[in-house]
Amino acid sequence: MSRNLIIGSLLTALFILLAAVSFVWTPADIETLDIQARLQTPNATHLLGTDHFGRDILSMIMMGARTSIAVALVAVGIGMAIGIPLGLLAAARHGSLLDELIMRGNDLVFAFPSLVIAILITAVFGASAVNAIIAIGIFNIPVFARLTRGAALPLWERDFILAARVSGKSATRISVEHILPNIINLMIVQGTIQFSLGILAEAALSYIGLGAQPPTASWGRMLADAQTLVSIAPHTALVPGFAILLMVLGLNLMGDGLRDWLDPRIRVVRT
Amino acid sequence: MIRYVLGRLTSLIVSLIVASIVIFAVIEVIPGDPAAFMLGVNARPDTIAALRAEMGLDQPLITRYLAWVTGLLQGDFGQSWTYKTPVADLINDRIWVSLPLAVYALILSTLIAFPAGIYAASRRGDAGDVTIMGATQLGVAIPNFWFAMILVLIFAINLRWFSAGGFPGWGDPLQAIKALTLPAIALALPQAAILARVMRSSLLDMLGEDFIRTARAKGLSRRQALWRHAVRNALIPVLTIIGLQFSFLLAGGIIIEQVFFLPGLGRLIFQSISARDLIVVESVVMLLVFTVIVVNFLVDLAYAAVDPRLRTKA
Repeated sequence: MSRNLIIGSLLTALFILLAAVSFVWTPADIETLDIQARLQTPNATHLLGTDHFGRDILSMIMMGARTSIAVALVAVGIGMAIGIPLGLLAAARHGSLLDELIMRGNDLVFAFPSLVIAILITAVFGASAVNAIIAIGIFNIPVFARLTRGAALPLWERDFILAARVSGKSATRISVEHILPNIINLMIVQGTIQFSLGILAEAALSYIGLGAQPPTASWGRMLADAQTLVSIAPHTALVPGFAILLMVLGLNLMGDGLRDWLDPRIRVVRT
Repeated sequence: MIRYVLGRLTSLIVSLIVASIVIFAVIEVIPGDPAAFMLGVNARPDTIAALRAEMGLDQPLITRYLAWVTGLLQGDFGQSWTYKTPVADLINDRIWVSLPLAVYALILSTLIAFPAGIYAASRRGDAGDVTIMGATQLGVAIPNFWFAMILVLIFAINLRWFSAGGFPGWGDPLQAIKALTLPAIALALPQAAILARVMRSSLLDMLGEDFIRTARAKGLSRRQALWRHAVRNALIPVLTIIGLQFSFLLAGGIIIEQVFFLPGLGRLIFQSISARDLIVVESVVMLLVFTVIVVNFLVDLAYAAVDPRLRTKA
């Protein structure tokens, strides 16, 4: 295992752990406000300080990790659940009208500036974590569809697929039983990268007020609240920012490390 | 080449048509009546009816779509409900913040990424390469709006070199550029990190090619071979990324404008969203999508002009 994989996995595990622990315990209750204790710098009672309502920032980071991970995970899930079958289908029917339609549809979604459309969706349907998930998820679909098709096409030329076809298996069964297991590593690596992009997108949407709504804690919202306080209480902006940075960095390092570990030949798409 | 251009042109037109339908549909599917949505909960029924007529909502869907699209084609973006002025005028006021910001950021990103990528590739594996690659990992992971806040904290609040936000207008171009500098850096740096990585890997691919070996065998030094032959060829994939980046910068600008209180298209969108001025939202989003699709189209053409092999592939 490479150094990247170890550092990346540790960072990712740290945030998953923080999120998991927040279900049973946080250092303080983030729904009770304690104005007396507002804007404290990190100290023994509040390890990462407090915000403008006197809420414990560490507790909010833990709750925010939950939101970030949930949103990004479901968004990647949507991308995989729809994108991979579409890609498999396009590859199985290579050259057909269906293949052409799927690929052109992908190009089309790719051509859209994802953030603008995410803003449009959340503006119209209302700002919420669920709409943020949908907005981010939609743009994960073409990523996985394209990657799946690209990886599946050369496999269809291989002898073991030919053998499966001769033995009478349908294209669907071949896709599921033979193609999918051979491309799953690639999907895991790309999934890690999309996960990190999802964290960034969720933070950006929440920052502009179109993601998770209060009282749901979110790193992006914490940064939005901190914006006017940055000169008097820099820690309110530094802490959530570093949380996003470290989580995304961890996922990216893990993705790179996983790629080298699982299969050095595969390449991921990063835009 | 002509066939290729025609093919791309067809997909450009199809993309634009589909984009306009999607955007129109999203605005249309708002649960309930857009007029009621825009006027809020306390609106009187006769006010809603008046606005419905003013917005043409009593017309059938197709008529309204066609009217909107024909308007767009003629530069008529409709009338803003809150500002009581043509949307085209609103856009015209703000585009001169958003567009220069995106271009400025693109220039910065390229200026940072090219030397960094070329240096890293030429020193593959040594300390300089490792440092640059480490820095790009950070650059990819930084949320740009947070980076913008940090820049404000350091350069505006502590050092007082720049103002923390606002835009003085183009009356004094130097001041205008100065006001756009921190936002452009915030936008450019994460993109520069991606671009530097692409530049490096593209260059490393080239350095492994036969024509580099030939150049070396002919007596060129590593450095000469790199600059005279590899860099030029490595630029081809980099070109596509630059094209893609323009759309990221234009869209990313929407958020950065919020951080620096810049009166650009991004702020216009948000103000219109909170004012429920859907006509403005619809038209500005369409304009951004249009720009992105057209830029991607132009990049495809440039790409094909540089690399003839691609004309047949597509």
